[in-house]
Amino acid sequence: MSTFLSLGTALVAIIVLTLIGYLGAGVAGLHTLFGVVIPYAAIVLFLAGFVWRIVRWMKTPVPFNIPTTCGQQQSLDWIKPNKIENPQSKFDVVIRMAMEILFFRSLFRNTSADLKEGPKLVYGSSKYLWAAGLAFHYTFLVIFLRHLRFFLEPSPVFVHWMEVLDGFFQVGVPIVFISDVIIVGAVTYLFLRRVVAPQIRYISLPADYFPLLLILGIALSGVLMRYFMKVDLVAVKELTLGLVTFSPVVPDSIGSIFYIHVLFVSVLFAYFPFSKLMHLGGVFLSPTRNMQANSRAFRHINPWNPEVEVHTYKEWEEEFGDKLKQVGIPLDSEE
Amino acid sequence: MSAKLPKPEELARYDFAPPADGWMNKPTQIREGMYLNPSAPEKMEYLGMPNPRRWSPQDEDWKLPDNWQEIIYEGIRERLDKYRSFRLFMDICVRCGACADKCHFFLGSGDPKNMPVLRAELLRAVYRKNFTLAGKIMGKMVGGRELTMDVIKEWFYYFFQCTECRRCSVFCPYGIDTAEITIIGRELLNLLGINVHWILNSVADCQRTGNHLGLQPHALMDDMEYVLEEIEDICGRKIDPPFNRKGAEILFIIPSGDFHADPGIYTLMGYLLLFDYLDLDYTFSTYASEGGNFGLFTSHEMMKRLNFKMYHEAKRLGSKWILGGECGHMWRVVQQYMDTHNGPADFLETPVSPITGTRFEHAKSTSMIHICEFTADLIKHGKLKLDPRRNDNYRVTFHDSCNPARAMGMLEEPRYILNHVCNQFTDMPENTIREQTFCCGSGAGLGATEDMELRMRGGFPRANAVKHVAENNGVNTLSCICAIDRAVFPDLMKYWVPGTKVCGVHELVGNALVFDDGFEREMDLRGEELPETDDEPETGEPAKEDA
Repeated sequence: MSTFLSLGTALVAIIVLTLIGYLGAGVAGLHTLFGVVIPYAAIVLFLAGFVWRIVRWMKTPVPFNIPTTCGQQQSLDWIKPNKIENPQSKFDVVIRMAMEILFFRSLFRNTSADLKEGPKLVYGSSKYLWAAGLAFHYTFLVIFLRHLRFFLEPSPVFVHWMEVLDGFFQVGVPIVFISDVIIVGAVTYLFLRRVVAPQIRYISLPADYFPLLLILGIALSGVLMRYFMKVDLVAVKELTLGLVTFSPVVPDSIGSIFYIHVLFVSVLFAYFPFSKLMHLGGVFLSPTRNMQANSRAFRHINPWNPEVEVHTYKEWEEEFGDKLKQVGIPLDSEE
Repeated sequence: MSAKLPKPEELARYDFAPPADGWMNKPTQIREGMYLNPSAPEKMEYLGMPNPRRWSPQDEDWKLPDNWQEIIYEGIRERLDKYRSFRLFMDICVRCGACADKCHFFLGSGDPKNMPVLRAELLRAVYRKNFTLAGKIMGKMVGGRELTMDVIKEWFYYFFQCTECRRCSVFCPYGIDTAEITIIGRELLNLLGINVHWILNSVADCQRTGNHLGLQPHALMDDMEYVLEEIEDICGRKIDPPFNRKGAEILFIIPSGDFHADPGIYTLMGYLLLFDYLDLDYTFSTYASEGGNFGLFTSHEMMKRLNFKMYHEAKRLGSKWILGGECGHMWRVVQQYMDTHNGPADFLETPVSPITGTRFEHAKSTSMIHICEFTADLIKHGKLKLDPRRNDNYRVTFHDSCNPARAMGMLEEPRYILNHVCNQFTDMPENTIREQTFCCGSGAGLGATEDMELRMRGGFPRANAVKHVAENNGVNTLSCICAIDRAVFPDLMKYWVPGTKVCGVHELVGNALVFDDGFEREMDLRGEELPETDDEPETGEPAKEDA
């Protein structure tokens, strides 16, 4: 698929979603559909899909011990092993996985290669992807947690403190959240990178542009709501609390921007289990990262260890016995 | 007939810019010099593999079974249920592109389908189209692709342009390992009878005779005879290595290439001298006469078949443990597959060095250790008298072979040895060694002659790093611990960094080893004159900081 088509498909999908939200909730006033039915359906799809995918992966066996070792092995006691990059114990694996999941350790290694006259290859450090990726994921998490104030009454203390920290610079009224600025910047970077960098553009599918644009849509509609097209927060909380207590109410006074926001979020949830976004769950299961690199010390079991046709010594000696005799090696069959 | 190899300056005319058109749109051009010849039908028959026939990748019709699509779908389905790695790696790639410029074939060709992400997408696109709900409904929109004959041809072209070196998996945020994709991709092709001669010929020979070269016992002994005469001429030692000796404490297994060809035989000479020096209780085997395992480049099952001989022979001979020579993919199999496939080796013991008493607890289950672990331990305990000055003609750098680096993490042992057996050792730049090491470009069964352009391209990043230390540090010798490296680096060095020698680590050990027999060595193991030294050899006791 060409870039034009890939990007076009994703863009059209976002525009259509926006229109559906605007026309459906804003013009036709289908507030129950967009405020209750769709969010519920999305959550059900998300939970069921997510569990289904994880269970499916977990039910698939790991026949071999195949960690990628990225550091010195444990061998002779005077050579210092790298226990994180070449984990021996379960504890080492936990540390390795924590480094991957919390800090994107492997992505941090990223380099970029350049081909110069000669020919000559030179490598430079390349941390932008790592930085943008990390910034995006953490701000997403912060924003997700901040939203707990809409779903819990009273809202938890840590959420309050997050808001205080997030609004540390005390700019604007209402105070601008740093996370809002960062997430829009990071997602924009990740999106532009796909469009601008020729190799990344070449590999990008609609399924790569779509979630980025969708998340950008979520962030921007949220920003619009908070800072510019203010909505009735009391009414919003009435609706969101109704959702979590399974006694949904649909107040009239919420603007259509809210429903567009909720539609985007719902689509993200529903889309999640059927897409690459499942890397959230998959990263925990990756056998090259989450296994102990100790297969010479402890036998790894393959549950379907195949029966294969082998060439035993006896058969081999039958074929090459005379050659063995020729060079004076005694035969088993003549012992 | 293979294509003419372009000159380096011609070959270097490429860049990293991909074509404007999408990658699914055009069929791949299968270009001479970039692929390997198909397997001979008689070898496939010997191994019981499907669809033996004569065919050429340049043919329009590859003579596949009529139901080839069903075979592939069934093959994918079966493997999705057997390998979590495969299922997961089909699902979770986000196409971030971090792997793109980590592949030596991409770096040496600029061909975007050599970006690991895209190599995997060749398979993933078919998976999405046929095995995911979204793909079945939305097809191309979600990156699905019909399985056509052009797709099969593309798989053949690109799954044999990957050396399963796993460098990309070091950089992937989810640890997606292209080797898993390529191994399974090749398995699928095997189901249709698409495989290459260079691999299957070795596999068939190994299955039958015990080694990839097809050396039968008398031929193996002939090769050994030659090596022993050389040792006697150069070192004045008459060595009579044991073969198939029952009751030997240690079964010693090396890649067969080192029995046969220059410069591998110098490494073998190093082993023989070392064991002679130690008076080691060991034996070679004419049956388990192959450390390497081209089965790994064929299928998981074939790997198991070939690997079977190691434990089987150790049991027959009544050995206590197995010592393995310098070989790359052999150690991937030994470390990550052998015990699972053919264990438990409960008839063997935890390896213990008979010289130092060191127990190799890290290998207590497989009961197999690497010769570099063994020798490093000897040097550390001061058991070897070494004169590193004998290697003064060699200004050495070290190539971490992919598998010992990324499947074991054996990074320090060979360097420790090198630092004690030669005086001039320099590492290449840090992002080209250790876990980030670049492949030789000819691993995973790609070391044939008809694909020489592919090999020169794939080896370019490695050669480029060698050139760097050759120009800046005067390095003239590339040492390595892999028989495939020793077989393919001479061509690569001649092409990109002329004048660079290639050697095994234990060749240098053999050179430096000082026997107390009064024999005055004048030549090194290659028969080249030793550098001038005017005083007594150093004792080679371990340096103070090691003691």
